[in-house]
Amino acid sequence: MKKIINDPANILDEMLNGLVFAYEDLVERLPETSVIHRKVEKSGKVGLVSGGGSGHEPAHAGFVGKGMLSAAVCGEVFTSPTPDQILEGIKSSDEGKGVFLIIKNYSGDVMNFDMAKELAEMEDIQVDYVIVDDDIAVEDSTYTAGKRGIAGTVLVHKILGAAAEKGLSLKEIKALADKLIPAIKSLGVALNPATVPEVGKPGFDLEADEIEFGVGIHGEPGYRREKLQPSAALAKELVTQLKKEFQWEKGDSYAVLVNGMGGTPLMEQFIFMNDVKQLLADEGLTLSFRKVGDYMTSIDMEGLSLTLAKIEDSSWLEYLNAPVTTIAW
Amino acid sequence: MLTKETTKKWLELFIAQILENKAYLSDLDTAIGDGDHGNNLARGANALTEALETKNPETLTDLLKTTGMTLVSKVGGASGPLLGSAFISMAKASQDSDDLATVLQAGLEGIQKRGKAVAGEKTMVDEWIPVIEAVKSTNLTVDLIEEAVEKTKDMKATKGRASYLGERSIGHIDPGAMSSSYLFKTMVEAGVYGE
Repeated sequence: MKKIINDPANILDEMLNGLVFAYEDLVERLPETSVIHRKVEKSGKVGLVSGGGSGHEPAHAGFVGKGMLSAAVCGEVFTSPTPDQILEGIKSSDEGKGVFLIIKNYSGDVMNFDMAKELAEMEDIQVDYVIVDDDIAVEDSTYTAGKRGIAGTVLVHKILGAAAEKGLSLKEIKALADKLIPAIKSLGVALNPATVPEVGKPGFDLEADEIEFGVGIHGEPGYRREKLQPSAALAKELVTQLKKEFQWEKGDSYAVLVNGMGGTPLMEQFIFMNDVKQLLADEGLTLSFRKVGDYMTSIDMEGLSLTLAKIEDSSWLEYLNAPVTTIAW
Repeated sequence: MLTKETTKKWLELFIAQILENKAYLSDLDTAIGDGDHGNNLARGANALTEALETKNPETLTDLLKTTGMTLVSKVGGASGPLLGSAFISMAKASQDSDDLATVLQAGLEGIQKRGKAVAGEKTMVDEWIPVIEAVKSTNLTVDLIEEAVEKTKDMKATKGRASYLGERSIGHIDPGAMSSSYLFKTMVEAGVYGE
């Protein structure tokens, strides 16, 4: 393992300190916590809090700022933050109109955020939440913990963030979130696994010429392994699977996000986007919003994910395009 | 006997056992989870040592509550809220009872309320259920504790991160059941179980 780190046990602390120092005009770290909060005057709107294990940078702290998240609660690498930390994030984000939580669907995150919600309600803060489960690699069944939350979460941050900034109530944001979640779907492909620093070795094994479709952002298993193939063929597989889920029709409007997993250069991500563009044009879709880059990474995993969001209401597009001041959007 | 003194010893032995087996627990977790179970619990164990020293809980209930709150706030992931909820529920039950089976049963209910797991889903619940049964019928042994862990090997995970492996989770011991087995072995060793 070659990594630019010191003691693996201090990764979270040192990373947050570096981040806050680099962007002290935008964010601050709440004292004695792992909560990154935006430096924005409170204006009596609904607060938006997300978070989860670290190792997915720039998610989630990179999306803290005016027009997006009020705060991000950062856990240890690939480990959910604890309820006391999440509670601090909720308290600092409350502007009197309640706080909305965006949670990725992992057992640990759901349990810790749920406990924090109970604690916040005891302190008379109104809290509601949505669970993001955009990864179609996993079937939603009683035999798994359910579909996982991956890169589509960032689009949820953006759309709900803009809605909160516009002044929507907690109830209205919840209603919007419930419509949004089924309209966002993602699927990834991994070329090489990630190495969790404290573990020191890769989370799974892939042969040198092998790729795996559907790998999760913590290295959870995907649905098929194949020999490495050209970008166009990888794009075809991901688009084909997403098409099955969406059942789209010619003329439908979609947002598209090509997301790097941390170890894949932008050069390759742009090549992949070029292939996706062709495939979706052939389907007759209108791509009304596009984005490429590292948004929800998996430490040093090589690979990428493709997220599509069906634009069911023109306001969603306005929310996606609304200006923000964050580190990473 | 379940007293403040035996429980303190129990927790000290449990902490030592977790720190000693940190790498092994993470290895078990690498096979079917995300490889951090040992590291997360070790972080909680170190925090617990400090909390017990600084807070010096005066009653059994305080001791169990301090343990639960420390695990919830320091471990993270899924095992933090699960084990933490167990100890917080045990603390509540210990206000009215010093019967070990009753208190452990409350702990199990705390885990199940939080994690929604039932028997046979390859989780720590599969360690807790047989152990509590054995405490009730006063035939708990270290062998029984170890056998319960072994049995998780043949189970298919349907809860937690291991559930994504489906059939491929079969053949691996559940790391959560293993760490709970340390909890129960040290419980026997500390004399919490028995007269």
